[in-house]
Order: sequence, then C-alpha cells, then structure tokens
Amino acid sequence: MRVAVLDMGLGNLLSISRGIERASQGMFAGSSPNPGSGATGAEVIVAKCDTDADRADAVVIPGVGAFRDGARALMDRFGRTVERIRTGEIPALGVCLGMQLLFTRSFEGGEHPGLGIIRGDVVRLPPTVKVPHMGWNSVMLLRDCALTKGIQDGEYFYFVHSYYCRPDEGSATVAETEYGVQIPAIVAKGKVFGTQFHPEKSGEAGRMVIRNFLEAAGH
Amino acid sequence: MTLTKRIIPCLDVDRGRVVKGIRFVNLRDAGDPVEQALEYERQGADEIVFLDITASSDNREMVIDMVRKTAYELSIPFTVGGGIRSYADVRRVLMAGADKVSLNTAAVQNPGLITEGAEIFGSQCIVVAIDAKRAGEGKWEVYTHGGRRATGMDAVEWAVKAEEMGAGEILLTSMDYDGSKDGYDLELTRRVSESVNIPVIASGGAGSPAHIYDALTAGKADAALAASIFHYAEYTVGEVKAYLAERGVPVRILRSPSGAGAREGGHGSC
Repeated sequence: MRVAVLDMGLGNLLSISRGIERASQGMFAGSSPNPGSGATGAEVIVAKCDTDADRADAVVIPGVGAFRDGARALMDRFGRTVERIRTGEIPALGVCLGMQLLFTRSFEGGEHPGLGIIRGDVVRLPPTVKVPHMGWNSVMLLRDCALTKGIQDGEYFYFVHSYYCRPDEGSATVAETEYGVQIPAIVAKGKVFGTQFHPEKSGEAGRMVIRNFLEAAGH
Repeated sequence: MTLTKRIIPCLDVDRGRVVKGIRFVNLRDAGDPVEQALEYERQGADEIVFLDITASSDNREMVIDMVRKTAYELSIPFTVGGGIRSYADVRRVLMAGADKVSLNTAAVQNPGLITEGAEIFGSQCIVVAIDAKRAGEGKWEVYTHGGRRATGMDAVEWAVKAEEMGAGEILLTSMDYDGSKDGYDLELTRRVSESVNIPVIASGGAGSPAHIYDALTAGKADAALAASIFHYAEYTVGEVKAYLAERGVPVRILRSPSGAGAREGGHGSC
C-alpha cells in the first residue's frame, strides 16, 4: 500500500505523513512495497505533482493552510489526480481543510470554488462560540461507514478549525459533532472520505480511523 | 456532546533534557522529552507543552531536533515555547512538526510577530503566553524575560490586544501562584477568560485535582496546564480527569488508559 500525501505547498506534512506510517504499522505484513526493509506499514510519499500521485494506491489531502490557496494548488498541481478522485478511480481522504476542499465552495476570505465532489458550502462557525473550534470533541455516529469501523459512538477527536461544512447532500455526513451548531465530523461519498478532525492528532481513535481508511482503500 | 476541557502537562526542557524530577518507572529514559510526552499521551493528556528554558543561544538546533523527534512519535498536539524570537524561529519550529508555538517576550516586543505568524500558519498555531503578576486590586502586570522584567502593561488589556493581533490562544501564568501548589489565580484567570473570545489555558499553582477543577469552573479556563503534580507522579492525568468527570466537567476519558499504572509512590511523594 502506497499513500500519496498531496503537497499543496502550505506547510508541514510531517505530522500527517508520520501519522499514516504509525497507524499502518503491522497492517501490510508480507506485502511491503520495500521488500527487505522490514516495513509492514503503508509507504507514504509526499506528492508534488500528478506524476508522483500516479504511483500511489490512495491519496490524502492534508489539512493545513487557507482554502483559496489549497484549492488553487490542488487544481494547478493535481488536476489529473483530482479527476481520478472524482471518478472513484483512486480512494481519497481529506483531512480538516482537505475535507472542506471536497465541497462546492467556501466563504473563507471571500467566496472560492472547491472541488465540488460533495455538494455544499463551507461557512464560518457562529459568533456564539470561541473560534477556532480547538480541542477534543465527541462525535455522534449517524450511519455505518468503512471509516468508523470499531469506533464507538461518542468517541473523542481533536478538532482545529474556524469554518465548517454544510453539505447539501445530507447522506454524505457519517458523523457529526456539536459546537454551537451541528458540524459534520466525517463525510463519505463512494471512495472519497473526509474528516474535519485531525486523525493524526487524535490518539488511538485517530489511528483507528486512518487504519480504516487504508483498509477500505486496499479493497 | 460538548467540547472538552483540556488537561495539558508542561515539560521544562534544558539542553534537550526534561529538568524537573520524574518518577515514572516504566520509562527507559525519564529525562527524554519524547519518552515523557509519550507517557503523558498514554495517560490521556490532551496536549503537551514543551517550555525550552535553555539559556545558551546555541540551542536552536537542539530544540528543532526535539520537535522533530516528538512530531515523529506523538499522536496528540504539542506546543513549543521559550526562546522563540523571530518569524524565522516560528517557521522552523512549526515546519519541524510542532502544532503551535508559544510567544512570550517576543510578542510583547514585537506584536507584529503574532499577526505575521497567524496570517501564514493560522491563528491556531500562535499561542501568546502571558506571565502576570498582581499589581493591586483587580490589576495584573505583564512581565517578560522569564518573569524578570516588568513591562507596565495590564495583563487583561494585553490578552485582548493579543487576540486582536491574531493569537489563537492565551497561555496565562500567574507569577504569584506559580510553584506555590496553592491553586491557580482564579480571579486573574476568570478576568482574562471573560475578556477574550479565544481559549485560555490556566497555568501556575496547580497542586491538586481540586485546583484544576476550580480553574476550569470558577476560573472559566478552557484548559489547565500543570507541571509538578504530573512530573512527580502525584497524580496521573487519568486520575485528574476522573476527578473532573465525577464532578461534571466535560473531559476526554480514555477507554483504556494504558498509563494508569505508571505512578510510583503515593500522593505527595515529592
């Protein structure tokens, strides 16, 4: 299993890359992409362009930076990969901003188009709560999904965000959390998944979500 | 469902080593900040703060090395503070894998640094640490340089300004209570919490779970930072959280805390 973390030039990708490596330890014994290395986890590559991403079995859209810059970088550098995600050819996990980028448009610093894979808007959290929504919040599971296998209703995950997704297609929401409003915490549509929280910063529960994604992507 | 209150152990690091006494029996190297942070993660800590107290100036590489190793192993967020003076420092620490940097003296001397960091990395990455000392009834003064230099600035006003400049969080330390183990300065904590619309981490004075409870309720803090009660293994993070949960404070409880047996000796063993 080889996973491409898409480098949109917006910051540190070490946390998410290492998070995937840590979570996947022991998952792929006997099928290591680097025979002889002793590695039994996923091989993570930081992809700078479509050609890099072509070598991967799954992609992760990371969660750092501003929406406009992220959307622009995705379209400029990863046009073909985005099409392959859209058509379901390659499984994808968007994390935090990476999840928001899956949506039609965002109102972060103006109005900017996203990938439109899931229909809906990304809007600012209400003024009634402290922004950013930062810390561990519990998540209510709304329906079954490959990503939540073994996750208990009410499990805690680490969130850091100021905007949240409002899907037009309600069926996309797998789990939600509450912070002034109901916030989609996990979305899924076909082979495209998104988490508003950071699984790589969410301890054991986060590890499980990453493993579930890799397992789903391997099928 | 509600956002939980965070419990944040703080590690003082000097030349890449944890300096306060540590009594965890199951660590191979208790002075290793990474091992120590991992132990707190196992106990259920919500975040870790590393405070670099190294005096020498040739320390930067040691800190970056520690940040990189920590980011490599830790699965919860961590903040690095102490000695971060410039935008270049902010960038290096964040790019090495820290989730947040904490600015203290540098933020007072150059508030533009808060804005610059927030614009490029996001407010959530920029914590402004305030060392405050009582200066009369309902008044607290901001100190810098590790508490050695008075600034004449009012702590509550500075917290409000730091938020305006782009800070994502305030780490508020009471100099009067720090090290006392008599509890947090609840009045200071509440005044700052009520004055800003960003999370406030209470710091300085924790000696018992009851003090942490007070900071999170009467003090209205969003998170509580503590050092010695965890380092000297008087309480595990899990024990503090169980205490809080029993009293109705929303905290993240691990389903099977694996660090529960880490404590050596009884309470008050320091």
